Amino acid sequence: MTRKEVIYAVLVLAAFAVLAFIPSLPNSAAVLSLVIPITMYTVLATSWALFSGPTHYISLATAAFYGVGAYMMAPALEVMPYWMVLPIAALSGALLAALVGAMTLRLSGVYFVIFTLGLAEMVRQVITWYQNNFAGTRGNYVFVDINDAQIYWQLLALALLVYLVGWLINRSRLGFAIRIIGNDELVARHSGINTARAKILLFMVSGAFAAVVGAVMTPRFVYIEPAMAFNPEVSFLVVIMALLGGVHRLWGPLVGAIPFALTWEVIASNFPAQTVLLMGIAFLLVVYYIPSGVAGIMEKVYFRARQQRREVSHG
Amino acid sequence: MDNRVRVLEVRNVTRRFGGLVAVNDMSFDVHEQEVMGLIGPNGSGKTTMMNLISGALRVSGGDIMMDDQLISDMPARHIARAGVARTFQLVRMLPTMTALENVMAGAVFGHKKLWGRALQVHAMRQLERVGMGTSAHLPTSALTYIDQKRVELARALAANPRIILLDEWLAGLNPTELRTGIELIADLRAEGRTIILVEHVMDAIRSLCDRCVVMNTGRKIAEGTPAEVLSDDEVIRAYLGDDDD
Ligand SMILES: Nc1ncnc2c1ncn2[C@@H]1O[C@H](COP(=O)(O)OP(=O)(O)OP(=O)(O)O)[C@@H](O)[C@H]1O
Ligand SMILES: [Mg+2]
Repeated sequence: MTRKEVIYAVLVLAAFAVLAFIPSLPNSAAVLSLVIPITMYTVLATSWALFSGPTHYISLATAAFYGVGAYMMAPALEVMPYWMVLPIAALSGALLAALVGAMTLRLSGVYFVIFTLGLAEMVRQVITWYQNNFAGTRGNYVFVDINDAQIYWQLLALALLVYLVGWLINRSRLGFAIRIIGNDELVARHSGINTARAKILLFMVSGAFAAVVGAVMTPRFVYIEPAMAFNPEVSFLVVIMALLGGVHRLWGPLVGAIPFALTWEVIASNFPAQTVLLMGIAFLLVVYYIPSGVAGIMEKVYFRARQQRREVSHG
Repeated sequence: MDNRVRVLEVRNVTRRFGGLVAVNDMSFDVHEQEVMGLIGPNGSGKTTMMNLISGALRVSGGDIMMDDQLISDMPARHIARAGVARTFQLVRMLPTMTALENVMAGAVFGHKKLWGRALQVHAMRQLERVGMGTSAHLPTSALTYIDQKRVELARALAANPRIILLDEWLAGLNPTELRTGIELIADLRAEGRTIILVEHVMDAIRSLCDRCVVMNTGRKIAEGTPAEVLSDDEVIRAYLGDDDD
């Protein structure tokens, strides 16, 4: 690690340590109901960007992974303790991602978007069909004693983990391979890179995170139905937040998730009937006006300022 | 009489694009430490032939062997790992990366597998070799087209390839640059590499190539030393015919 990296690591750890005290604030229930979605979307958007940032594949599969994690919680709790469900959720998310990846990542980006969008819906339909025909229920009760503060701490730990994993990937051969692939897949192949494998591995990482987030969030709901677990809104919001923040830096999605998750809480409670419309508008605005995200703009401003300073000191 | 070591063997290779036969029943050998020119008028199938050797395209028929290994059914990454590196007729940079990172890309996953400090040093040496050492940390968008071509060659060399495919790498160079370029390619041969050169620059073909294969509309129409093929009637007709349109 370079000195700069050590400083960053210390700052990040300090920030997380401070954030961990939020549940002990007075009136913490209200605060938690805001910071839980923010943290949740930070993890989802950051892990989404690990794959979609360098590859430019827009995945709308987040809801599918999230839903698998969320939906397996109730039945899994009947046979194992809570803490064991989380790694199994991660594994399920990764496996589903591997399956989808193997089927679609050889195709061009457009097919990928459509396929991933359909995936959440398909999994939801399959589960609904199964429950209607064989289980005789429409949903599941989640019996586990986990409060909001504990959920928040778990999400915080996941956020720390996603940054650690992202940082490790960025400095690994896999991270370099995926950057080359994002730049020019043909050059990547001629450089000896197994492009399909690299893409699938990264997609698995992002699928695993989304599934664990789904599992962690489930105890907030007493009763969970497929329509709640596999909500396509999650997929779209994650894309908007990640693109808004910027996908070329590890910290980019965070910059998008904080303001947007807050805004969305307000929108969803005040205009519940217009959420789809507003989400669509937000999507278009982000894609048209800030394609490189807030992080991209911030970096540009920073570099320009630095350049000017240099010109001043030299001239 | 032919006791040179054959590294590449192209046997009856054909490639179709729909109804168009871009490469038609081509056969030739390439020997170790040889510069082989692949020449012919525009659209005669040279780039397609290079794409078939490097695995960017699949053959529609025929076989390509490297040493005793069939490579025409291998994916491009395996061919790269076996020691084939290439440049592209239209330069392909990795645009969000620096010149140095572009070169590093050639030496991590392929025929050479370096990482860390060793990779940096190795890539830097390749850049210096093509005269781009001082531009190592520039983004490739800041480089001229010719400089990008140099970086691309450095990336190919970074893999320490046995066979290098150069598709009109010398095109667009001024006379001084051309001389340096020709010397560089001669050096690559001297260190034991085998080079297949697609070129329109006659000076380069005459001074560099041990042998030439001439293509026209996908077919091989001549093979021999540069002097032989360039005085061949059919070759002259093919090139003049090309001048007419
Ligand atoms: N991917 C492709 N799809 C369809 N047709 C192609 C494709 N690649 C090449 N061709 C056609 O195959 C023929 C040979 O093209 P190729 O690029 O191999 O010629 P070339 O000898 O390299 O020409 P030049 O000297 O202009 O580079 C041309 O008619 C070209 O249009
Ligand atoms: Mg060509």
